[in-house]
Amino acid sequence: MRLHEFQAKALLTGFGIAIPEGRVALTPEDAAAIARHLGGEGFAVKAQIGSGGRGKAGAVRIVRTPEEVSSAARDLLGKTFVTIQTGPAGAEARSILVERAVVAWRSFYLSFFIDVAKAETVLLASSDGNEDIEERVHAGQARLERLPLAAGGSIADEDAAALGARIGIPGGAMPAFVDLLQRLAKAFSALDTTLVEVNPLLLTEEGNFIAADAKIVIDDSALFRHPELAALREELEDSEGDRVAQNRQLNFIQLDGDVGLVANGAGLGLATLDLVRAADGKPANFMDIRTTATSLDVAYGFSLLLNNPAVRSILVNVHGGGMQPCDTIADGLGIAMRRTGRSLPTVVRLAGNNAEYARFRFANFGCRVIDCPDMWSAATRAVAEAKRAGGRP
Amino acid sequence: MTILVDHDTKVICQGMTGRAGTHYTSVMLAYGTRVVGGVRPGKGGSFHLNLPVFDSVASSMAETGANASMVFVPPANAAASMIEAIEAGIPLVVALTERVPLRDMIRVRDALRQGSTVLVGPNSQGVLAPGVCKIGVMATGDAQRGHIGILSRSASLTSEATAQLSAVGLGQSTTVGIGGDAIHGLSMRTCFEMFLADPDTHGVIVIGEIGGTDEEELADFIAAAKPKIPVVALVVGRHAPPERRMGHAGAIAGSTDGSAESKIRVLRDAGVIIAESPHLVGQRMREALAVPA
Repeated sequence: MRLHEFQAKALLTGFGIAIPEGRVALTPEDAAAIARHLGGEGFAVKAQIGSGGRGKAGAVRIVRTPEEVSSAARDLLGKTFVTIQTGPAGAEARSILVERAVVAWRSFYLSFFIDVAKAETVLLASSDGNEDIEERVHAGQARLERLPLAAGGSIADEDAAALGARIGIPGGAMPAFVDLLQRLAKAFSALDTTLVEVNPLLLTEEGNFIAADAKIVIDDSALFRHPELAALREELEDSEGDRVAQNRQLNFIQLDGDVGLVANGAGLGLATLDLVRAADGKPANFMDIRTTATSLDVAYGFSLLLNNPAVRSILVNVHGGGMQPCDTIADGLGIAMRRTGRSLPTVVRLAGNNAEYARFRFANFGCRVIDCPDMWSAATRAVAEAKRAGGRP
Repeated sequence: MTILVDHDTKVICQGMTGRAGTHYTSVMLAYGTRVVGGVRPGKGGSFHLNLPVFDSVASSMAETGANASMVFVPPANAAASMIEAIEAGIPLVVALTERVPLRDMIRVRDALRQGSTVLVGPNSQGVLAPGVCKIGVMATGDAQRGHIGILSRSASLTSEATAQLSAVGLGQSTTVGIGGDAIHGLSMRTCFEMFLADPDTHGVIVIGEIGGTDEEELADFIAAAKPKIPVVALVVGRHAPPERRMGHAGAIAGSTDGSAESKIRVLRDAGVIIAESPHLVGQRMREALAVPA
């Protein structure tokens, strides 16, 4: 779960980490009111798009007056921003964060993340905190310090201070820096995150550290022990596909093609995507039905495809296993067709447990499916069906 | 011969009394696996599926001589169960649980470094030596005893590869699901070394996916070791939707991009035969074995 900046910052304050004063706004009027309430000489108006690289994409504005905050908000709200981190589709700003500008003396880069290959949490730090950190590191202009954390996730005082010295934290600010790192490390484990990035971390003339920007990614597999974070998901404006996937034991990613895909298993799902592309087709989605999904869960997955007007054909590529035989998938399609009242040319490739029984179930539900013996012939047929259906007036 | 398991493998199931544990333990018993007991804290002394239930892994090992454990414990307690088994010193742990939190897996890997246990998984379909021993959830209808090893990150594609191999007359020595999760125990490279050391394995199928570095490490090893048996690899995810990035850490930490293309390239450069499409795995191995090296 990738949190918005305002959510990430709110969580960090719970661990005693200072952030700029500010609030989130949904309208230009609210934005101006927040600025008036904050007072001061300058404001940051920041689009909440759940991704970084915003400065260069024009998604962050620094302005002087509440009136300018309002017009900046009008510009940003509802706009889709494409940054180096969003991917080509970009992300829409549904809300903005209005903050009082911070006068900084120095800025630093900090991030905690999980190095999965080594199975350890790593702290990266640099004396060079800003949006250009990537290019500057790759060009050899910014130095990056790396500190692997013990399996328990804590940082010893001396390790924190040694790291601080390497990135040029002034001696007077060192106790505050050590304290900050330990608080961030605590937040990192306590929230079950896979990333906590503070960039820039500002140091004021008075010797205070302020997290001017924050990115947090929560490990989805650990959400079961964080009921308190469920409310944050509501604010993330997930698509219908995301919501169904979350509740129905599916992995689902919407794509922009016309061949709907259904597979059980992430590997088989990825393989099905590759096959459709190799057959010169355009997948409408990625779907992986998890082993624990019931036929009703599967029906919700099929409904996402049946309710999408762009989908012209469906390719079902399943290998029946011990707990999820082929007939579970067949029942899912049957239920979805009855509930939505829609049907589409459906090509199936059935292998493994209960493939024969699944054919019987399809027939029982009145689903006319095109049965292919192997996945390559099924993929080419599904692509051909989509093209034929698309060519109809 | 086989790897990881053999006729002397005696299995206990951690989480045997749950729904999934009960179902799969009985399927394994029917297959002929020597399941000797289960572990469920608080239910020690009782019986389930006519097998003794113990309070701890250590006591189950002492009483039954078990040398392998299958972990079927829900995510909340899966890591603690793996660590208990590792600390009890059981030689093999096969973890089937999906979606174990990453923070917990960091602790599990730390425990592995202190002991000598081999952990397969988590999020693995298990280990199958056809006709000898099954620890896991895989369907066995298409499996045949033979000489091809499969090591895989994907349960569904392992079933697929197994069916394709059997269809062209090639049985399997052992199939191993190293697990689909980012942090797992046994690596592709170590599993491959086990297959190389097994004189009965005459070829190896590798099934990889986007992400992680297992395929790259395996490619480095194969390039240096120059194995004499054919290796056929399938790497899926060439057309996976690009994942939205968050933050700079991944990009500046020097990790590889983990794309299917780069994995395929390094494996091919190392001398591995690439199955260009998921339906060609069995056929490519058949061809490789027909041509004397």
